[in-house]
Amino acid sequence: MENLIALLVAAPLLGAAVLLCGGRRLDAVGHWIGTVLAALSFVFGAVLFADMLGKDPEHREMSQHLFSWIPVEGFQADVAFQLDQLSMTFVLLISGVGSLIHVYSIGYMEHDERRRRFFGYLNLFLAAMLLLVLADNYLLLYVGWEGVGLASYLLIGFWQHKPSAATAAKKAFLVNRVGDVGLSIAIMLMFTTFGTFAFGPVLASAGDSGEGTLTAIGLMLLLAACGKSAQVPLQSWLGDAMEGPTPVSALIHAATMVTAGVYLIVRSAAIFNGAPDAQLVTTVVGAVTLLFGAIVGCAKDDIKKALAGSTMSQIGYMVLAAGLGPIGYVFAIMHLVTHGFFKAGLFLGAGSVMHGMNDEVDMRKYGGLRKYMPVTFVTFGLGYLAIIGFPGLSGFFSKDMIIEAAFAKGGTEGWILGGVALLGAAITAFYMTRVMLMTFFGEERWKSRPTASPEEPSAEPAAEHHGAHAEPHPHESPKVMTIPMIVLAVGSVFGGAFFSIGDRFVHWLEPVTGHTHGHPPVSALTVTVATVTVMVLGVGLAYLQYGRRPVPVVAPRGSLLTRAARRDLLQDDFNHVVLVRGGEHLTRSLVYVDHTLVDGVVNGTAASMGGLSGRLRRLQNGFARSYAVSMFGGAAVLIAATLLMRAV
Amino acid sequence: MSFPLLTATAALPALGAIATAAVPAAKRTAAKWLALIVSLATLALAVTVLVRFDPGGDRYQLTESHSWIADFGVRYELGVDGIAVALIALTALLIPFIILAGWHDADPLETGNKRWRPTQGFFALILAVEAMVIISFEATDVFLFYIFFEAMLIPMYFLIGGFGDRAHEHGEETAATQRSYAAVKFLLYNLVGGLIMLAAVIGLYVVAGNFSLTEIAEARANGSLDMATSTERWLFLGFFFAFAVKAPLWPLHTWLPNAMGEATAPVAVLITAVVDKVGTFAMLRFCLQLFPEASTWATPVVLVLALVSIIYGALLAVGQRDIKRLVAYASISHFGFIIMGIFAMTSQGQSGATLYMVNHGISTAALMLVAGFLISRRGSRLIADYGGVQKVAPVLAGTFLIGGLATLSLPGLAPFVSEFLVLVGTFARYPVIGIIATVGIVLAALYVLVLYQRTMTGPVKAEVAKMPDLRVRELVVVAPLIVLLVFLGVYPKPLTDIVNPAVEQTMSDVQKKDPQPEVEAAK
Repeated sequence: MENLIALLVAAPLLGAAVLLCGGRRLDAVGHWIGTVLAALSFVFGAVLFADMLGKDPEHREMSQHLFSWIPVEGFQADVAFQLDQLSMTFVLLISGVGSLIHVYSIGYMEHDERRRRFFGYLNLFLAAMLLLVLADNYLLLYVGWEGVGLASYLLIGFWQHKPSAATAAKKAFLVNRVGDVGLSIAIMLMFTTFGTFAFGPVLASAGDSGEGTLTAIGLMLLLAACGKSAQVPLQSWLGDAMEGPTPVSALIHAATMVTAGVYLIVRSAAIFNGAPDAQLVTTVVGAVTLLFGAIVGCAKDDIKKALAGSTMSQIGYMVLAAGLGPIGYVFAIMHLVTHGFFKAGLFLGAGSVMHGMNDEVDMRKYGGLRKYMPVTFVTFGLGYLAIIGFPGLSGFFSKDMIIEAAFAKGGTEGWILGGVALLGAAITAFYMTRVMLMTFFGEERWKSRPTASPEEPSAEPAAEHHGAHAEPHPHESPKVMTIPMIVLAVGSVFGGAFFSIGDRFVHWLEPVTGHTHGHPPVSALTVTVATVTVMVLGVGLAYLQYGRRPVPVVAPRGSLLTRAARRDLLQDDFNHVVLVRGGEHLTRSLVYVDHTLVDGVVNGTAASMGGLSGRLRRLQNGFARSYAVSMFGGAAVLIAATLLMRAV
Repeated sequence: MSFPLLTATAALPALGAIATAAVPAAKRTAAKWLALIVSLATLALAVTVLVRFDPGGDRYQLTESHSWIADFGVRYELGVDGIAVALIALTALLIPFIILAGWHDADPLETGNKRWRPTQGFFALILAVEAMVIISFEATDVFLFYIFFEAMLIPMYFLIGGFGDRAHEHGEETAATQRSYAAVKFLLYNLVGGLIMLAAVIGLYVVAGNFSLTEIAEARANGSLDMATSTERWLFLGFFFAFAVKAPLWPLHTWLPNAMGEATAPVAVLITAVVDKVGTFAMLRFCLQLFPEASTWATPVVLVLALVSIIYGALLAVGQRDIKRLVAYASISHFGFIIMGIFAMTSQGQSGATLYMVNHGISTAALMLVAGFLISRRGSRLIADYGGVQKVAPVLAGTFLIGGLATLSLPGLAPFVSEFLVLVGTFARYPVIGIIATVGIVLAALYVLVLYQRTMTGPVKAEVAKMPDLRVRELVVVAPLIVLLVFLGVYPKPLTDIVNPAVEQTMSDVQKKDPQPEVEAAK
């Protein structure tokens, strides 16, 4: 059975290789090859899952050793896999949602002449992401970690003839690289501390190391997590990543890859448990990001960017939970799974709306679409109810647990973190209701619109093909797109309840992550009531602003906060001034210094000799003679050297 | 007496060079094929060396020893350890690709002159360089090494000065001037380095009485050859200076961007992937073995210079407007990593540095040769002259991206393995330097991705709209390099198995032991 683990990765990897090297002759069948191999990976995952369920909870871990990767004296890195309940959860999420999104993309990318390549990249992503969660050591995890970064780079920049897409792709890779530095330093620290970086020995002996070392490792892992999971201060790439095709936003930039940071923290639980300071920083990062993302989400008119802000915010919840330690790990992962369902569903819904609206992304130019796209409306609506935490739907269970755990941290910290989480829930309800109302309700603003506004080009270049200037004729998407949406909607509705009844999910993950039951200072019921209350408040406020009043087609100027939030709370302005412009000055002056100072001063002799040969050159004409002279010079030096030898 | 395999491996390309040069002017194509066949035969010999080499055996194997200049105790002594074997294999591997990539680089522009034979000369010079580089890796006699270390400058000089890119953005005349300047600069820098080394070679002879690396190293190790501390340091500096010019290490690097910029892409690869490796190789073999204490003494300064190279080279690469100069500065950054790994004095650092030499050779060849194909299509080296190539030539763009990703050390490709080993090996002994060096990882992503974005993405520029995609000959050059990058990234064990024992020897030469982990992890 263990031998199936490698096949989980191998199937999509094979797909990527075949599709990317296969050339045009595979154009006609490429999307089917990609989809079948993704589904195959899911089937393997399901078989392994069934096998795992048949075993005793304490003995469910499986491992497969393939080969010795980098054997150097004192340093051992292997290509080996480990499949436990935590990895299994991710395998099912990744290959399951991944397969659905492959199916959806068959329809969504139908008119793209590079569809084969798109599926090749999607397969590459699946392989890298599965490698990330299956690796049994940090260095192999690193391969998957940067592998998903590469796939994300290729997919964000898929329409690379658009400068904005190419820039966004580069930005995503670069910001992630900053995070990756954190991961490599963490691995180096593990190596010098434990002499290894395999999960088993490192996590087992984490307690033998000093708290200072563990804190350093924890903070470096957190830095890595911030990059991949778009947490403050490395959050700036996620909004721009929406330049990629919408299925990519759903799969990579919502459901799976961006949650890799949460995986990393939960996987490294033993390290964080021994480093309270690192945990505190983790909770703060999560809390700040969940507010940051939520505020940004309130101000965006681009439906995908609003959802991207929301993703950032929801992952903030997960990071917050992961930072709480054993009272939060399980809920971080549970929210990650339910979020995987509803956020992927919401993005696919957004893609479906765009598909029917000539790839328009500005919600101010939507409105009243529920009549035209009933399936999209219902599935998107269920995802909406799930994310705002409507009682009974999946987001309700997972988010409520996190809020409860935050309060249970105790002390002032507990009150602050719990309060922030509650506030975040209110804002979530507000911005999601805003998206819902602006898209599916109200007057049909796309009718009155003569042309697409030129200053805000749509994210999807296909608009050029089917004429953005024509009035859109909203229509429902084909079955190949709606069926994945329906499946995800079902997950969004029932996932939370399924996991929570009888604490199923807690019992499932407990052997890996450990779990202690938290005791919030107020009763769990009070927390739940408060959560529902703030949710209703958020919905109500949004309704007053966007449901009762007409939505202007051109965005009003807005308050200072709104304007800042539209610019992603000035993150890019900051980066631009400090990093981009500063960096440009630095490199430009260094180029100058290298050309004049280093070249000139350090080699004064060489320079004067260069001048000499320049003079010589002027006396000569033609190559042959100048060669002869220089060669003579070189030979003379050699002869002189030999003579010198004789003299010694 | 057994077959002198090492001599044959170096002699074959040397004889091939003479034969190629002798091909009549009219038979240009025959000369090309001759050179290619010779280089492939040399590769076969190098593979034989690789197979015959026993990683668990003696330190130097396949040795040959003959008296040469008896008066001075100069001997013709050859022998290879694992590090030399790996680098000989790299050299022999890259030359056929360099020849194939430069297939049309030396076609004469006008066919009028019957006696003018640039094509023959070009390929003969490449083979001559190959022969000298290989024998430099093999020589265990210091004087023998020195001769070829210096002699290879002459064919390199002609390759840089005599053959440039076909079309040049500033016109042929300016191009000739710049080429000539670059070639002279290359020669002068390296000659100065060589002269200083010569003084040290003589000094070593005065102290030791012979030139044999093995004898001197052994005498140093068992204490029978005592050197005054200051003598050892001066001699070390003499050797190190020459190697630091060739490698090149900041601030002795400025000849490299000129040389790589003006030379044709295959010659640029020859410089950075092959010839420069002699410099870093010689640091490992000569500096560390002959002068272990001085090497330890110089370590802090060398590490800081290496660190400066890493960051400085990368920053300069970010600021370049010329594709080939950008790759040159990236190489300077990478040489910083190699030198850092050597002087970190840990097993991981030195194994990593050796792997780095091989991997950098392959990755730079991939990136630079594709860049050369690109440049030959448009007739410009300026990044700003390109845009949207991905749309018209997807295979070219794809291979360029893979070369770039290898250059930024993407995990899964070979350079990642070596770069991580160097970093972890450095970090184990010098945490602060190791951490600062990681800035180089971020900057590498910046210069590679900016280069890719500006040349390959965006709207298609009118001048590149008709650009053909890679031709069969070009694919034959690039595809095997990419396969190797992936293979050595996933399964570097064959290489590490050969290199590790040699590194352990070097570590014991300098009497260093790896730092032990803080906590003995539960296995």
